[in-house]
Amino acid sequence: MIGRLHQRFRALRVTLWTLIVPPTGWAAHFLFSYLWAAVRCAKTGRYVDAPAIFWGGTAAALLVILASGWIAWVQARTPGDHPPHEAGTDSDRLRFLAYATLLLAGLSVIGVVFTALPVLFLRDCR
Amino acid sequence: MSLHAQDDPELRRAQEERLRTVWAPPKGWLRRWSDTNNNAVGPWYTSTAFVFMLFAGVLALIIRAQLAVPENDLVSANTFNQLFTLHGSAMMFLFAVPMFEAVSIILLPQLLGARDLPFPRLSAFGYWSFLIGGVFVLGSIFFNAAPDGGWFMYPPLTTRTDLSGLGADIWMLGLSFIEVSSVAAAVELIVGVLKCRPPGMRLNLMPLYAWYILVVAVMILFAFPPLIAGDLLFEMERLLGWPFFDAARGGDPLLWQHLFWIFGHPEVYVIFLPSIALFAMLIPTFAQRHLLGYPYIVLAAVGTAFLSFGLWVHHMFATGLPKISLAFFSAASQAVVIPTGIQIFAFIATLAAGRVIFSTPLLYATGSLAIFVIGGLTGVMVAIVPFDWQAHDTYFVVAHLHYVLIGGTLMPLFAGLYYYWPLVTGKQLSDRIGRTAFWILFVGANLAFFPMHLSGLMGMPRRVFTYPAELGLQGLNMASTIGAFLFAFGVLLIVIDLLRSPWRPLGPRNPWNAGTLEWLATPSGEQWGVRSIPLIETRYPIWDQPDFVRKVDEGRFFLPDAEEGRRESLITSVLDAKPVAVLRLPTPSFVPMATAAALGGVFILTTYHLYWLALAAAVLTLALVLAWLWQTAEIPEKPCKPIGHGIDLPLYVAGPLAPGWWAMFITMMADATAFSGLVFGYYFFWTVHPSFPPPGMTGPGVFWPMIALALMVLGWAATLAARETNRRGAVTAARLLLAAGALAGLAAIPAGLAGPWLSHLDPTLHSYPAIVWTLTGWTVAHAGVGVVGQLYALARSLAGLATPTHDADIRNVTLYQHFLLFTALVTWATLGLFPEVA
Repeated sequence: MIGRLHQRFRALRVTLWTLIVPPTGWAAHFLFSYLWAAVRCAKTGRYVDAPAIFWGGTAAALLVILASGWIAWVQARTPGDHPPHEAGTDSDRLRFLAYATLLLAGLSVIGVVFTALPVLFLRDCR
Repeated sequence: MSLHAQDDPELRRAQEERLRTVWAPPKGWLRRWSDTNNNAVGPWYTSTAFVFMLFAGVLALIIRAQLAVPENDLVSANTFNQLFTLHGSAMMFLFAVPMFEAVSIILLPQLLGARDLPFPRLSAFGYWSFLIGGVFVLGSIFFNAAPDGGWFMYPPLTTRTDLSGLGADIWMLGLSFIEVSSVAAAVELIVGVLKCRPPGMRLNLMPLYAWYILVVAVMILFAFPPLIAGDLLFEMERLLGWPFFDAARGGDPLLWQHLFWIFGHPEVYVIFLPSIALFAMLIPTFAQRHLLGYPYIVLAAVGTAFLSFGLWVHHMFATGLPKISLAFFSAASQAVVIPTGIQIFAFIATLAAGRVIFSTPLLYATGSLAIFVIGGLTGVMVAIVPFDWQAHDTYFVVAHLHYVLIGGTLMPLFAGLYYYWPLVTGKQLSDRIGRTAFWILFVGANLAFFPMHLSGLMGMPRRVFTYPAELGLQGLNMASTIGAFLFAFGVLLIVIDLLRSPWRPLGPRNPWNAGTLEWLATPSGEQWGVRSIPLIETRYPIWDQPDFVRKVDEGRFFLPDAEEGRRESLITSVLDAKPVAVLRLPTPSFVPMATAAALGGVFILTTYHLYWLALAAAVLTLALVLAWLWQTAEIPEKPCKPIGHGIDLPLYVAGPLAPGWWAMFITMMADATAFSGLVFGYYFFWTVHPSFPPPGMTGPGVFWPMIALALMVLGWAATLAARETNRRGAVTAARLLLAAGALAGLAAIPAGLAGPWLSHLDPTLHSYPAIVWTLTGWTVAHAGVGVVGQLYALARSLAGLATPTHDADIRNVTLYQHFLLFTALVTWATLGLFPEVA
C-alpha cells in the first residue's frame, strides 16, 4: 500500500508554490499562536491549564508540514539521471525542488516545536 | 535562420550594427537622462545610494566626535537628535535597501542573459523617485528641520506636533515615497527572475544570486506595506488629529511599534540576504568550483525569509506584553539562527573543498563573515528575553546592530564592489589600495563597535548626546570614536581608488575566470546586454558548456538580430524556462522622470500642508501614469517572429503568460498587505479595548456597508463578464459591461461613505471612528481606481488598441477587480457585520 502511495506522490506536480507549503505551515501556526495568546490574554485576562485549541492547532500544523515533507522525500528520490543531480533535466529539476521542500519541512518542524515549547512551560498571562 | 547563417561574418556584422543602433543610448546633455536601459539606470542608482551612504557616514562622524569626551558641547542636544535619526534612517532607507535594488538592476539582466529587465521604465521611475525623496529627506538637516525622533519614530513623541516639528512629516512622507520605489523595484525583480530567464535555465540551474533576489523581493512585498499603512495612520494623526496612537482618545502607541517592526525586522534580512548573495557568486569563482549545497542555500534563503516575519516583537520585549507572546518571538529568533548558519557553513565548505585564490574581494568576504558572526552571536543573546531587558536601549544594542550591518551588508557590498567593478566599468580596482583599505576597515570597525558592548553593559543608554565623566565611560567612548574615524579613513581610501578608475586601462574580459553568465559582458561595454540569448544547460555555463562564450558572441543562440528595429528580450516559463514569447521593451523616455517628479510633489507638498497643490500633483500623476500605460500592450505588426533554431514565438501574450499580468498581481499583493496592516489596526484596537466600538458610540450600521459591498460585487462581476464576452468576440457587449461595472463602482463610493457619514462618526474623537473612516476611505479610493481601470479598458477597446485576441488590458483590470473584491469583502464585513457579532 505504501508503495502505491509513493507512486501517487511522485505523480504530484511540484512548483514554487509547493516549495513554500512547509514554511507557510509554520507561518500559519506562528500567527495562530500569537493571536491565540494575544486575544486570550487581552479578552479574558487569564490562562487555561490545558489549552486544547492550541495543541490542536499545533498538531494540525505539524501534520501538514510532515505530510508535505514525506511527499517531498519520496519525490526527491525519483529515479532518473546520474548524480550530482544538477543537470538541466525534468527529473533533476523535480529532485531539486523536492529536496529543497524536504529541507524546508525539517526547518519548519523545528520552528513549530520551538514556538510550541513556551506553552508547555508558561502558565499565565503576566 | 539556421546555424549556418551565423557562419557568415558579414551577416554577423550587420546584425551587430542593427543591435547597436536599437540599443544606442540617447545623446545630448539633457536627453541622456531619459535613458531607461539598466546599464545606465543601475549605475546612477548605485552611485546615488553610495553618495547617500557617505553623507550618512559623515553624520556618524559628527556623532562620534560629540561623544569622544564627556560633557562635550560640539553640537546641541537638538542637533544630536537630528544627526542620529538621519544617520539611521538614511543608512536603512537611502543606502541599504536602494543599494540592493540598484545592484540588482545592474546585475540581474546580465546574470539571466536578458537584454534588460521586463520594465525598464519602471526602474527609471524607481530611481528618480529615490533621488527626489532622498534629497528631500537628507536636505532637511541643512534647514535644522531634520527628523529627530530616532529612526523608528515612536509615538507619542513624534505624533505630538508640539514635541516634533516638520521633521517627523518629512520622515513619514519622504520615506513613504521611497518605499513606493522599493515596491516598484520588487515588482521589476520578481518578474525579471520568474519570466525573463534564458531558455533552459530551469529553477535548479538559476544562479543563487537570482534565488536570493527573488526571495528578498517577495519579502519586500510583505514587509514594506505594513510600514506604508503605519505611515498613513501616523500622518492622519499628525495632520488631521485622528488619534490612532493617542492613548487619551482610545489609541495605542504600541500599534505603531507593531506596524513599524513588522516592517523593521524583515528589513534587516532584506538588506542582509542580497549582500550574502554576492558571496554566493564570488565564492565559487575564487574556490574555482561549484558552490556546495545548492538546495541548502535555497533552504536558507527561503527559510530565513519566512522566519524573519516572526521576529518583530523581539524589538518590543520591554513593552510589557504577556511573557507568553514574548516567548513565541524569542523562539522564532532562536530558530532563524539555523538557516543563517547553514548558508555560512555552505560557503566555508565550498572554500575548504576548492583551490582558493585569496583575492581582494574574497578578503572582504571572509572578513565580513567574521564580523557578521560576532553580530549574530550577540543577536542570540538579545533574543533571550531576560538578557534583552538588561541590554535594551543601551549601547550593547548599538554594537550588535552595527556588527550585523557592517558584517552583513556594508563589507559584503565592498567585496561586491571589488568583484564587480570590472564588470561594470571594464577596469579593475587596485589590489594594493583595496587590501590596505580592508585592514583599516576591519580594525576600525572592531575598534569602534566592540567597546560599545562594554559601555552598553556598563549602562550607557543609546541616543544620549553626552554623558558625565563620573560614569567612567570616556575611555571606551574615545576608543569608539578613534575606530569610527579609522573606518571612515578606510572608506576614503576606497573612494580614492574608485575616483582613479577612469584613468586606468581597460582590463581583460572575465578577469576572475568566473563561470556564470554575467561575465559575458565585454570591457568595452556594449549596450545590448548579450549578443544572443543563450541556451543554458548547467549552473556555470562559462566553465561547463563547450565553446559557450564564442557561440554567444557569434550570435549562435537566440534573438541574435533586431530586424524590426525594436528592443527585444525573451519571456520564458517559470519552472523550466521554456521560451514563451518575445518581449518588446520600451525605449528611453522622460515620462518615468516626470511621473516621479509629480508623485514626489504629492508627498512633498503634503508635508508643507499645501493640500490643493498636492491634489493637483496627484491629478497630474494619474494623467502621466495613464499616458505611460497607453503605450504598453501594443498590438504587434505580425503575430509571431523567429528567434533562431527554427523556433517561432508570439509577440503578444496576455494573462498569466505576460509580464504585465504578473506586475499587476505582485503590486496588488503589496497593496493587499498594506490593507491587512490597516485591518490589523482595527482588530488590534478591538483586543485592547474592553468593548469596541466603545460604549456610547455607534458604528456605520449594517445597511450602507452592505449596499457598498453589493455595488462592488456588481462591479467585479460586470468586469469578469466583460472579459469573457470580449474573449468570445462580443465586443459591444463587453464594452457595455465595462461601462456598467464602472457605474457600479462609482456608486459604491458614496454608498461606502454614507455609513460613517450618516452615523456622524467624528474621526478626531476616538480611535474607533478614526479607523472606521480610514478603512472606508481606503476601500472607496480603491473602488475609484477600479473605475479608472474599467474606463481605461473601455477606452483601449474603443481606440482599437484592445481586441478579443489582444486582451491584456481587460485581463489585468479583471485581476485588479479580484483584489478589490477581497478588499471590499473584508472592509464591509468588518465595519458592518463584526460589531453585530463581537
